[in-house]
Parts: sequence; structure tokens; C-alpha cells
Amino acid sequence: MIELTLNNLENFTRGAAFLGTGGGGDPYIGKLMLKHQLEKGKIIKILSPDEINDNFLVCNVLSMGAPTVFVEKVPNGPATLHGLRKVEEIIGKKFDAVMPIEAGGVNATIPLVVSALSGLPVIDADGMGRAFPELQMVTYNVGDVDINPIVAVNDFMETAVFKARNSSSGEWLARAVCVRMGGICQMACYPMTGKQIKDTAIHNTIKLSFDIGNKIQEARNQKKDPADAVIDYMKMSNPSRFGKVLFLGKITDLLRETVNGFTKGTLRLKSLADEDELIVEFQNEFLYAKSNDKVLAMVPDLICALDSESGEPITTDGLRYGQRIKIVAISVPPVMRTKKALDLFGPKAFGLDFDYVALEDL
Amino acid sequence: MRIGVDVGGTNTDAALMDGRTVVDAVKSVTTEDPGSGIIEAVSKILDKTKILPNQLEAIMIGTTQFTNAFVENKRLEKVAVVRLGHPATISVPPCIDFSSNLRKIIGENFWILPGGYEFDGRFLGDWSEELVKKAAYEIASKGIKYIAVSCVFSPINEKQEIETAKILKKYVPEAIITMSHRIGRVGFIERENATIMNSSLGFLANKVITSFDGALKKLKIKCPFYISQNDGTLMAANIVKNYPVLTFASGPTNSMRGAAFLSGHKNAIVVDIGGTTTDFGVIKEGFPRESSIPVDIGGVRTNFRMPDLVSIGLGGGSLIEFNNNEVKVGPESVGYKLTSESLIFGGNKLTASDIAISQGLANFGDKEKISHLDEKIIIKTMQVIKQMIEEGIDRVKLNKDPVPVILVGGGNILVENNLEGAEEVIIPDYSDVANAIGASLAQAGGEIDKIYSYSDIGREKSLELAKLDAIKRAKEAGAKTETISIIELEEIPLSYLPSGAVRLHVKAVGDLF
Repeated sequence: MIELTLNNLENFTRGAAFLGTGGGGDPYIGKLMLKHQLEKGKIIKILSPDEINDNFLVCNVLSMGAPTVFVEKVPNGPATLHGLRKVEEIIGKKFDAVMPIEAGGVNATIPLVVSALSGLPVIDADGMGRAFPELQMVTYNVGDVDINPIVAVNDFMETAVFKARNSSSGEWLARAVCVRMGGICQMACYPMTGKQIKDTAIHNTIKLSFDIGNKIQEARNQKKDPADAVIDYMKMSNPSRFGKVLFLGKITDLLRETVNGFTKGTLRLKSLADEDELIVEFQNEFLYAKSNDKVLAMVPDLICALDSESGEPITTDGLRYGQRIKIVAISVPPVMRTKKALDLFGPKAFGLDFDYVALEDL
Repeated sequence: MRIGVDVGGTNTDAALMDGRTVVDAVKSVTTEDPGSGIIEAVSKILDKTKILPNQLEAIMIGTTQFTNAFVENKRLEKVAVVRLGHPATISVPPCIDFSSNLRKIIGENFWILPGGYEFDGRFLGDWSEELVKKAAYEIASKGIKYIAVSCVFSPINEKQEIETAKILKKYVPEAIITMSHRIGRVGFIERENATIMNSSLGFLANKVITSFDGALKKLKIKCPFYISQNDGTLMAANIVKNYPVLTFASGPTNSMRGAAFLSGHKNAIVVDIGGTTTDFGVIKEGFPRESSIPVDIGGVRTNFRMPDLVSIGLGGGSLIEFNNNEVKVGPESVGYKLTSESLIFGGNKLTASDIAISQGLANFGDKEKISHLDEKIIIKTMQVIKQMIEEGIDRVKLNKDPVPVILVGGGNILVENNLEGAEEVIIPDYSDVANAIGASLAQAGGEIDKIYSYSDIGREKSLELAKLDAIKRAKEAGAKTETISIIELEEIPLSYLPSGAVRLHVKAVGDLF
């Protein structure tokens, strides 16, 4: 069990920003929502999957939408709780806990806000091990977990309920409503048992955020390179994960559009040392990075932008012309590289015309 | 001829410049009413150089008064925050990330009202004149004068903020209102934070600028006077009355630009030791290295463009405390009261300057007054100060390699010349007035904020036109062509307008001299 406190909050959200791989919305907003709750004396407890029994009933709660909207129209927590209560009403059962659908970005923080509002604990596991832009891009689907019922709620508590034929269709339908709800909406879906979490979710990713946040802070204090510190830490983790610095450069161009409920765009960097250029494409999260027409890293491996000096992770909405940043790539665990997993969130799933090649083979 | 003035927490300095040549410079002390300090510094330099007021073309003033006030939580006002966005945003109340002390000073006077816009320009909730009026009455009955108005998506449409401010002004006629769209860009929390900061400085801004104005009138100086902005460009003084927050990082920007100019070094670490604080920054190719992550000022997150700095509470006026062989230097400082409260000037407070004088590192005040100090404490204090500076240098360094270190600011007397991590320690001529010189080297900027149609002329063409326009305006404002560069470029798609409309904000700046 981990307890979120005003002391470890900052490291948690820093790690969540890292796992957000540029997207997932800036967890800074989530940090402020949590700070508000913790200051009111609310308790937020996080349980590891080994600490729950198989018939525990858990709901995924999240915000859907474009990060560019999120930084302006700050969401409200009661709407998310409203979504969870609606799912309970439909299935006729009460939840024992909530969990994040993704470990990165603001959605890592939303279940903790719901936890503060409801008193339910949070399960330390998620369906992405990072952030992805779409609802069906979860490892739960490798184990055929039902996404239904899907509930979407806006700030006015206007509520839409879907029973979708599959998770991709659920994403498609909910996204349309999300746009009409003003570019973001609060959601509850994928009700799961303890057994399903143990079988299909990526475990202890909240703890991973605490650890990454800690490593970056520690490296900064010790005058070491934060990017290297995270790469070293990931190498030592179990399973061991490969990482490298792809590029150090200055932002020379940034194209960012809010399209169909996503933030899509292209980031161009020019090297500080020579004439090299790096291009990174994103759809909420970074999709792939290429230099001289050679792809250097691609989904689902993690691509992260860090401030070149402090190592602070920067989300795509925080990127600005002229910034000096470091692009780091980290491999995902093997369960996210199976054929079924790559069908869900490999390059082809994002409409890219190349096959997945592991980061360490590029 | 022009005069650059720096009004710091402790000293007010003035430098007379002719093009890129320093004619002369003087130091004097900052006074409680900052205008008197300016009168003293400017008349000193005019006397010294025999220049007449009517020979001056411009006065450029850089001031850290507003930053200091905010960081020290002093001279700030209670603020009423009127936020348009309900029921969105309610989970993050205003000022949530401010320190508890700041929250106490600013007060929890918040009105989160329906209103604001969706990303596509539609209305978010129903803005209500009645509710704004009700808020106005409540603000008036609480006697709050300074009001910050924020609104979800005001960077794409400022109308609701303007309408709300009008009504507030009607029912609270004495109100001084800051609207968020005038202060910041997309990023609601950071923009609202900066708006609240600006409001909290409202009283001080009026007082300081009026005092500057009065001082120049007394000196019979009729040329235009400007205040440095955080990006190194200038702002007319009467605008600063309403937007003090826009001066926030101008102090460090001025001192770093001044240091680069005086030393001739293009790549170095600049250590600016003032009366209350010491700033550590990096110049790269002659320009201050900018921070690429949101910058905290007094613990509050903002999205201003700022030099990447490390600041510590060490300066010439820092108070020295000791017990059981442990010496503590700062962060409390006597500030501008150095010349009355420190021992060498007959006061009863032991400051870092007293220690430096006793070590013979500088010569001012009355050395007799510190002859009783224990040698051990003096040595220990010097060690602590040196250590604090070396740590600061280490924190802004990119790697462990030694780099040139330029020492500027009046407090450079606190340092003997060897520093760990420095390839060499450079104290250029006029280093104690680098800030004033930096202010006089101000840049001219050109800004455009205009809607372009990507489907008519394409993105590339639109960007090119916008940049050329900004550069043209910078030139018109006096920037030298070969020094102009684009420092800000923001694209906001306006999906509510037809034909791929995008709002482009571009700023170009270049050297005036």
C-alpha cells in the first residue's frame, strides 16, 4: 500500500508526465486537483494488485479529450465520480476500488481524485503502462475484458451511456460525444474483477511513476543527468527495459492542431551541435521520431521530451518554439510487444505505414 | 546620450551611455520612495559628466521592485478573483498553488461564475450579467479594490472578460481590474496566476511609477522614459502602472546582457550579487539561456519567457546570525536600509557587507564600528558565503567542466577571486552597475497578433508573412536589422471560424544600439 501525501505528490506527477510520452495531458492540473483534496484532509490509498482478492470489483475512470483543451478548460472531479456512480447503477453492483486506464499524463491522477471524493482505494495497475490516445489501446483487450458500460459526462453532469459492440467502436462513439461535450469529457468504463486485473493489466505503474519522479529529482540534486538516471533505472527494473537518448536540440517548428477530439501535430528539432534534424509526430502522445528519413523510435515504445537541463518531462502542450529539449526513448515490457498487443497499439493502429521494430533493433 | 537606471532592492545605479560606449556610471542607495533614489543617482551622473537634461534622448529604467515585493510577500494587496468558467474548473480553485502566506495576503475572495468559451468558440455555460453584478456588490462590500478577471479560453475570445470588467468597474468604480487575456496566453492556470500576481501589485505599481515620474520632472528631464520588460524590450512607463507583472524577469535579463556586453564574453556563467539576492544564470552566444519549463516566481507557476536562473537569498545586506559556531547568512536582508541598519553605518545589525569590509574587500562605511568582531566568525562567514556561491555556480552548469564566471552587481565585494568550478573569475569595469548598463542596452520589439487563413494561403506562407511583419515592426521600432530574431511564435487554431483560420502571435526583437 502506498499513500499519496503532499510530500510525494510532486514526484508522482513528474513520473506520470514522463510516462505520458508527451501526451496524456499535463499532470500539473491533476497535481493541483490532488493538492486541493489532500489539503482538505482527504486520504488517498493505493493498493498493489497482489493486495486484492480475485472478486474485487474495480472501475476504470478517466478524462477523454484533447490536451490543448485540458489546459484551458480544467475538468471537474465530481463529474468523473458521477460517471462511476452511473456504471454502478447500470451493473447493479458497488465498486471496491478505482484504477487508471493509463499510467501516463493527467489520467494517472484522475482516479486518485475520484478516490479522494469517494473514499475508494486506487489499484496500482493500468491498461497501457504509458499513455495512449484511444480507449481500445489497452492490454485488457488482450484478455478480452468488456469495455461496457461506457459512461461519458460533461461539466454540467450531462451523461451519455454506450453499449458498444467492441472497444474500438466504443472509442469511436465516445469520441464524437467528447467533441460535442466541448473537447473533453469525464468517463467511466472497463469494470474489472481483481482476477482480470491480475491477468491483463500492467502492474505497479503508479509506483513506477513515484520512482521515475524520484530518480529525476535525485539526479538533479546530485548534479547528474536526469535522462541517464531514468535510463539506468529502467535497465535495472524487472523486466529490464532498454533506453537511450535520441536527440538533443532546439525546437524550430511546431505544428499543433485540435482535430476530431485529438491534439495532432509535428515537432521539428535542430541539433545544438550540428545540422541534424529530428522530426517527431504526435497524436496526443509522441508516435515516432525520425532523422534523415530513418525512424529512430516508434509506438508503443516510449518517446519522451525532457527539458535539456532539469530533466523535467514536457508534454506536447507545453512545447514552445525555441525550447532546448532532450528526446529519450524507452522500450516497453514484452507483454506490450505481442502480436495482439501491437494490433491494438503498434504503428499500424495509428495509421502509420510501417511495421513495428523494437527500439533496441533500430 | 541616454541614461540606464537600475532600481534594485538596495542600490539605485545610473549609467550614461553614448551608443555602445559607457561614458560614466554612479551608484546610490534605493530609498523607501524610489523616486528620491533616482533623483540622487541621475543628478549625480549629470553633475559628474556635465551633461544637461535636455541633451538626453531617453531614460531606461530597470526595476526589481515588483519581483522583490512579490517574492518577499511584501506590499501586496488583497485581490478579488472573478473567474468565468463554472462548472468547469471548480476542482482547482484560484491560488491553490500559492504559498500559504501568499494565500493569506491575497485572501480567498473568489467568484467562480458561469461563462467562458469552448475550444471551438461556443459558449461554456451561461454568462450572467446578474451574477457579475452580485459579485461586484460583494467585492465592494468587502472593500477590495484590485480585481483579477480570468476566463476559460479568453485567448481565443476576449469579449467576455471585457464585458465582465465593464460591469465590475460600473459597480466598483474605484476598482483596478486586470484581465487575463492581456497578461498571458493559452494555459488557464498559469495565465490566471499571472493575472492575480499583477493585481496584487496594483497599489505598488501606481506608487512606484508615480514616484519615478515625479523624480524625472524634478530633474527637468523631458525625454521619454521607459521601463524594461522581462524579454529585454521596453514598455512605456504609464503602461507599467497597469502591468507591473510584465517587468518580472527584467532584472536578471538586464544584468546578464550587461555582463555579456562589459566582459565581451559570449559564453559564461553570470553571478549577480545584489543587496538581497544572488542570481546565477548562463549566457550562451551572448544571450541569456532561457528556461524551457514553466517558471516559478515566489513559488507560483507562470508561463513567462524568462532566463533560466537559480536564485539564492544572499546579498550585501544579508543578515548574519550565529550560534554554537554555526553561521547562517540570509535569506533575511536589511535591503535598502543597509546605510542605516548595518554596523559600518552605525546600525545594530550584522550584515554580509560588514564582514566584507572587515576583511578589507571593499572600503566604505566606518571600519571602526566592526573592530570588535570575532575573527573566527568573520572567517567562518566568508567560507559560508563562498560555499553558497560555488553551489549556485554548480547548479546552473551544464556539466562539470570549469567555465568563465562573470561577477556583477554591487555585492561582488563579498567574493575573493578564486572560486571552485570557475575557469577564471572576471570582474569587468563597471561590473557593479551591469544592471543599469543592461537596461540602457534595451532591445526594440515588434509584435503581431493577427488571424490568417491557412486554407487560402497555406501554413508556410502565413508563418512567413507573420514573421516578416513582426520583423518589419521591430525595425520600425529601431532594432538593428542584423540583430533581429524571432523570440515568440504561437499558433492558435480558431476552429469556430471558417476556412482554417489561425491566430498567429509573433514577436521579433533586436538591439537598439
